[in-house]
Amino acid sequence: MSAAAEEVVTEAPAVEAVPKRAMTLGYGTSLVVLAALVIIPLLVKNFIIFQMTMLLIYGLAVLALNILTGGSGQFSLGQSAFYAVGAYTSAILMEHVGMNYALTLPIAGVICFGFGFLFGQPALRLSGVYLALATFALATAMPQLLKLGYFEHWTGGVQGLVVTKPDAPFGLPMSQDMWLYYFTLAITIAIYVASVNLLRSRSGRAFMAIRDNEIAASAMGVDVALYKTLAFGVSAGITGVAGGLGAIAVQFVAPDGYTIQLAISLFLGMVVGGVGWLPGSIVGSAFIIFVPNIAEGISKGLSGAVFGVLLFLVIFLVPHGARQVAIVAQQLAAKLKKN
Amino acid sequence: MLSTLRIAAMSAAIVAVAATSTTAFAQKKYDTGATDTEIKIGNIMPYSGPASAYGVIGKTEEAFFKMINDQGGINGRKVNFVTYDDAYSPPKAVEQVRKLVESDEVLLVFNPLGTPSNTAIQKYLNSKKIPQLFVATGATKWNDPKNFPWTMGWQPSYQSEAHIYAKWLLKEKPDAKVAILYQNDDFGKDYLKGTKDGFGAKASNIIMEESYEVSEPSIDGHIVKIKAANPDVLLIYTTPKFGAQTIKKTAELGWKPLQIITNVSISVGSVMQPAGFENAQNVLSAAYAKDGSDPQWANDAGMKKWNAFLDKYMPGVDKTDNGVVYGYGAAQTLAKVLEMCGDDLTRANVMKQAASLKDFAPDTLLPGVKINTSATDFAPIAQLQMQRFKGQKWELFGEIISGDVPTQ
Repeated sequence: MSAAAEEVVTEAPAVEAVPKRAMTLGYGTSLVVLAALVIIPLLVKNFIIFQMTMLLIYGLAVLALNILTGGSGQFSLGQSAFYAVGAYTSAILMEHVGMNYALTLPIAGVICFGFGFLFGQPALRLSGVYLALATFALATAMPQLLKLGYFEHWTGGVQGLVVTKPDAPFGLPMSQDMWLYYFTLAITIAIYVASVNLLRSRSGRAFMAIRDNEIAASAMGVDVALYKTLAFGVSAGITGVAGGLGAIAVQFVAPDGYTIQLAISLFLGMVVGGVGWLPGSIVGSAFIIFVPNIAEGISKGLSGAVFGVLLFLVIFLVPHGARQVAIVAQQLAAKLKKN
Repeated sequence: MLSTLRIAAMSAAIVAVAATSTTAFAQKKYDTGATDTEIKIGNIMPYSGPASAYGVIGKTEEAFFKMINDQGGINGRKVNFVTYDDAYSPPKAVEQVRKLVESDEVLLVFNPLGTPSNTAIQKYLNSKKIPQLFVATGATKWNDPKNFPWTMGWQPSYQSEAHIYAKWLLKEKPDAKVAILYQNDDFGKDYLKGTKDGFGAKASNIIMEESYEVSEPSIDGHIVKIKAANPDVLLIYTTPKFGAQTIKKTAELGWKPLQIITNVSISVGSVMQPAGFENAQNVLSAAYAKDGSDPQWANDAGMKKWNAFLDKYMPGVDKTDNGVVYGYGAAQTLAKVLEMCGDDLTRANVMKQAASLKDFAPDTLLPGVKINTSATDFAPIAQLQMQRFKGQKWELFGEIISGDVPTQ
């Protein structure tokens, strides 16, 4: 492993080729993680439950980016725009139309899928850093578009929209936070399983073929244009669902919540979690939620600098993020078994 | 006989003492966050992110309560001021406020900054019945005791200030053609609305409304455009950087309209000086607080206390920064409210006392400007005084004007 990893680091390809088996966790580990996610909320305060909900929501958004970058090899710094569209779709449907919160999520997903698919069309002509810049433009434009006077009746302009938090249904003896957590968990698991299956399917193989070598992929008969835009659409759709969930959890949407800062955070989460390693999404999400808090605890005035140092350490010590840590842990466990 | 009398008197006295002490004991009432020795106060501030310049307000408040604690605290209780960074992001604000309430268990949330962040936490705090006290934003909606009885503003609202300018213009220059330059966000739009409401039927006096985005590097082009329309009065509803640019550009163009600039951008050190003192002559504005860099307050008793506080607790801080004056005044108002609460440190009593401020004058407010609140008036500071820039300082003129705007 170490020799291979070193080689990869020195070569530093844009996106490392990840075999599809290495994209997921084994059954045993998955069950342990799942059990932890189900049981922990029963033991902690509402505030921690809220943080765990946000962890899952950002985890979904990072996962979406991971499918795009780790799966099909395209970069995006514009995920915050899709997240915003999803959040506003849910908020507007709930507050203006009076729709049930659960129904707004698939709509947010479909709208974002369409949005991402359409954006993928012009993006086809771009690759690498140029694509990243194009999506960057999208992220910068979004907060201002949301402030536009034409949409103000719906979006609430700069003031944003306040969203009502749903109660637990069927009179379940559960706090709003706990219900929302389990609701989010169910959706996250469904999307995670679907994503794993997507990447294992014919389409997933097409994504990865494009990532590894576009020319070879088209020679094999993969419709490069279609699958590239499809990857954009799927990624945007999942991000939209995450955005909708985020709006419900935070109970508020405003243009200032979806700036380029969010897009960069999500990108950061993906790198820290390990590009192309889906379970790493949740680790990356934990990094972008908790590390700024730790940095602030160390120094209030220099929180940005402390965060930078921590990020630098992570990238320097474990350039492949959480995946690298997981692999090392696995090897250690195997060694212990032998002895 | 005498001894029995004496014993009776003694026992009566003892009973009386016991009775009074138990009543005194019974009067001590606490909600989460307050004890015999400590009052825990929560705060969120943008220490990082696009609005990090305002972080100095949080630092000033932290230092202020350190001073209070060194002086023995409030009614013998130390203030524990817990402040977190929300990076001016509403989702982060919700997370940090929930942490303050559910994990740190604070008595109240004090002076959270920014209209978006406050909107995001308002519903949560009101449903939990936790005071959201003296919010650091000038939006008009915080004065709404009927719908949000746990939320209270502090500074004059942007709309009421704009109202005052409109009324003054109607009186002094009833036929002037007015142009408005405003920032395209909630801040600028509040001023725009206040001005229009103030002009009322004479709104046709406003011949031009020009907006700019906060992301624009320079607004020179907008000034040239406004000059082409040739108005008599230019209302400058901008943040400090753009305020300085506007004053400088009008002078460069050799154009001399009557200029009125928002209270947000009146700092001598960070607006008037960069714009050039010679360019800023006769610019008008309104104020409610003293300017830390204005020499006319050098011998003012309140500002002397303010200076002594800064020298001891925040050495090296930039005194021209309005945030330092602001944070001191807001923190002093909270200290006053907590002092008035006495031993009844329940959340309900905190709101009750905050709504019972009578003619309270923090050290940093202009002479004559006083804080008044009531059960139906949740706008603590509602008074401003017109001022004109002369030489290197602001000269106050006219009377103190009250500009209360009821929430619709």
